Amino acid sequence: MIEYRKDYFSDARTDGLTEVGVTRQRSDVLGHVTGKTQYYADRHFAGLLHLKMVRSPHHHARIKSIDVSRALKVPGVVRVLTAKDVPQNIYTILCLIQVEPNDEPVLAFDKVRFKGEQIVAVLAESEQAALAGVAKVKVVYEELPAVFDVEEALKPGAPLVNEYHGRNWFTYEGHHCRRVRFGNVDEGFAAADHVIEEMYQSSPIEHAPTETTGCIVVPDQNERYTCYSNTQALYFTLDNSALILNSPFHKLRLVGGTVGGGFGGKVDVITEPIAFLAAMLTRRPVKYEYSRAEEMQVSSPRAAERIYIKDGVAKDGRILARQVRLYVDAGAYSRHSPYGTTKAAAHMPGPYTIPNVWVDCHCVYTNRTPSSAMRGFGVTIGDFALEVQMDKLARLIGMDPMEFRILNAYRDGDMKAHQKEVDGAALVECVQAASDLANWPIAGRYRAMSSQKREG
Amino acid sequence: MTKKRGRGMASVNYPTGMNLGGDPSQALIHATTTGSFIVTLSSVDLGQGLKTVMAQICAETLGVSTENVIIDTADTDTGPHCMGTFASRGTHRIGNAIIMAAKEAKSVLLEVAAEELEVDAGDLETDGAGNIRVKGSPQKSIAILNVALAAHFKHGRTISGRGIFLQPRSYPEPETGKMTPATCYAHACTVAEVEVDTETGEVQVLSLKSAYEVGRALNPRMVEQQIIGGAWMGLSHALYETTEPYYPNRAHGPTDFNQYLMPGPGDLPEFSNVIIERPAGDGPFGAKGVGEMTANSPIPAIANAIFDAVGVRVDSLPITPEKVLRGIQALAHDPEKWTPVFRKDHAQTEDAARH
Repeated sequence: MIEYRKDYFSDARTDGLTEVGVTRQRSDVLGHVTGKTQYYADRHFAGLLHLKMVRSPHHHARIKSIDVSRALKVPGVVRVLTAKDVPQNIYTILCLIQVEPNDEPVLAFDKVRFKGEQIVAVLAESEQAALAGVAKVKVVYEELPAVFDVEEALKPGAPLVNEYHGRNWFTYEGHHCRRVRFGNVDEGFAAADHVIEEMYQSSPIEHAPTETTGCIVVPDQNERYTCYSNTQALYFTLDNSALILNSPFHKLRLVGGTVGGGFGGKVDVITEPIAFLAAMLTRRPVKYEYSRAEEMQVSSPRAAERIYIKDGVAKDGRILARQVRLYVDAGAYSRHSPYGTTKAAAHMPGPYTIPNVWVDCHCVYTNRTPSSAMRGFGVTIGDFALEVQMDKLARLIGMDPMEFRILNAYRDGDMKAHQKEVDGAALVECVQAASDLANWPIAGRYRAMSSQKREG
Repeated sequence: MTKKRGRGMASVNYPTGMNLGGDPSQALIHATTTGSFIVTLSSVDLGQGLKTVMAQICAETLGVSTENVIIDTADTDTGPHCMGTFASRGTHRIGNAIIMAAKEAKSVLLEVAAEELEVDAGDLETDGAGNIRVKGSPQKSIAILNVALAAHFKHGRTISGRGIFLQPRSYPEPETGKMTPATCYAHACTVAEVEVDTETGEVQVLSLKSAYEVGRALNPRMVEQQIIGGAWMGLSHALYETTEPYYPNRAHGPTDFNQYLMPGPGDLPEFSNVIIERPAGDGPFGAKGVGEMTANSPIPAIANAIFDAVGVRVDSLPITPEKVLRGIQALAHDPEKWTPVFRKDHAQTEDAARH
């Protein structure tokens, strides 16, 4: 059931639109429901090679030696790729927006920093032969102590996860975390009737697309290479691949646009650079596709977060101060997590006007699968923590949870903690509409409030 | 066995776009000889319906029907740059680029039509049905098909347009965090109703009732599709999903959908939704990005409803039956105690050892 509440903001909308504001059937839906949509994997190329990865069985280990000789003897195995074959082996995805340092190898060579990290690519005439080749690659490891807890990782003496950072956290312009400072939280806590501090925690979450991440790269004429990919961002993939391959940009072409579920999981650039490289070195089409197990345990999940929220609230329901310490578990490499951590900081203290806000958001490296973008990146888990905290605060002071939200909700013209004036607010109206929809009564004072005026 | 019901709510907002790195997207539009309009992009449709909404935005701006617009996308040899489909940016950023391109194409279209009709271009309008007519005297009109033919074969004009939307990069101030991380914000509020089995700790979500403020719903059924799909994901995050069930312990990671749990059709609640539209000044026809937000408010609403039902706070995701049951048992021992169930040392050792 869906209903439009046209009574809200009725003077803000222009009429006379004919093509937007009306339902049109999705252009791809018939193909999807009849199974006729062509995804990248539906393309077939003569001479296709299959790429399978040798992956780390350890969370953290030094690589003592890699022996591929027995793999090369497996019938159907055409060649193997190691770090030595990758022109610019160390990269980071967000170097395109000047995020530093490059901190991740395309293929691991001196160390592995998480279980499942890719080390050797095996190219073969069939998937079966490629997997048989993978089983024959001998890697000798020396296991190293690993760290899995974000707060343990920040302590002195913790195992160092990523040497390119030199410490277990991302550095933001000289700071060990992304900070937000607005007002004075100590004064806010002193003036509050109640102060509570609570801790929230999430675990990594998989995007779980129907179609796993993958691509096929095909050598064209004229030394160009076309990559058929299910990436969510063609140019991100093209530009990063060219940098990793040390290739002129014009030699690479990305074709995509039909994706069997993204949710942020196909924003990383993992399968394409190595498939490009394999196609360049073999002059044959190459397919690199994650298995379901790789999709779940090797491809980046949503970051686990640990969030401490300390609030000072007055008896009348106003939140006077909010202090947030947030830890994003980036896993072994940056990928998109430094960005998501900043996004998390900007999101605090939620859609409420609080005069005193103090936020420290830490992007922390641990020996687990690198986390990266996922739907609601930097916000979803923060909202879980904030809104459970809001429920606790409302109950603590004996206020209705809806009225408590409406009282504190930001209004047009208010100043946010990241010093941006609120514009186009509509939280008050959403809470009011939800109270109607769910038959959850609120008092007349709160019914009369709006996002444009604090009181009615 | 007792089943207890509870109700909880949560309200959230969500930013459109990701301009902490600069946030551009481009569109090119041209008319064919027969008056169809091709929009060329390199943007990716993830299955959310981007291509359909982009065609609608182009059609509305040009004043033609959506059927006459063809979206040609996702080839870097032909399509101009797009940052990508993420950060709830597609509708807003690419939509704005298309409006800019369509305005330029439309101005050429009207200029050619003006020559054909021997009137001033400023006096012309599209009728939305494939014709261009003189304002106030609709009998004086010309089919867009004929305008396009004339442009190609008689006037030597390209009916085309270029569009870009760029939200310039914001650099956060290191000391204070002063920044402009996004553009407009969408809003939501969800009320969840749950039933908790006090013997097994299992939670059944009975209903999710939500209000969403989306700026402008450009395609109402696709908005509905987004918000129900998103609410499903929120429910799934709240109660089921993780790749590391005993985080931060790395053991017992699922590798397939037998082990990685998600709600099935029988676990779906009743969905009721209300849409509110407060158009964004910078959005295409006022639209805001809502793709990501729709998963967010159900999660805390469900957590709060569980507390309302059985008095147990589970402050760690996912809220599994095991955690709920432990909370219920702890409460039975000490009803005065208000205890978050999660303890990291506990999760790391005892729970993992038990399995």
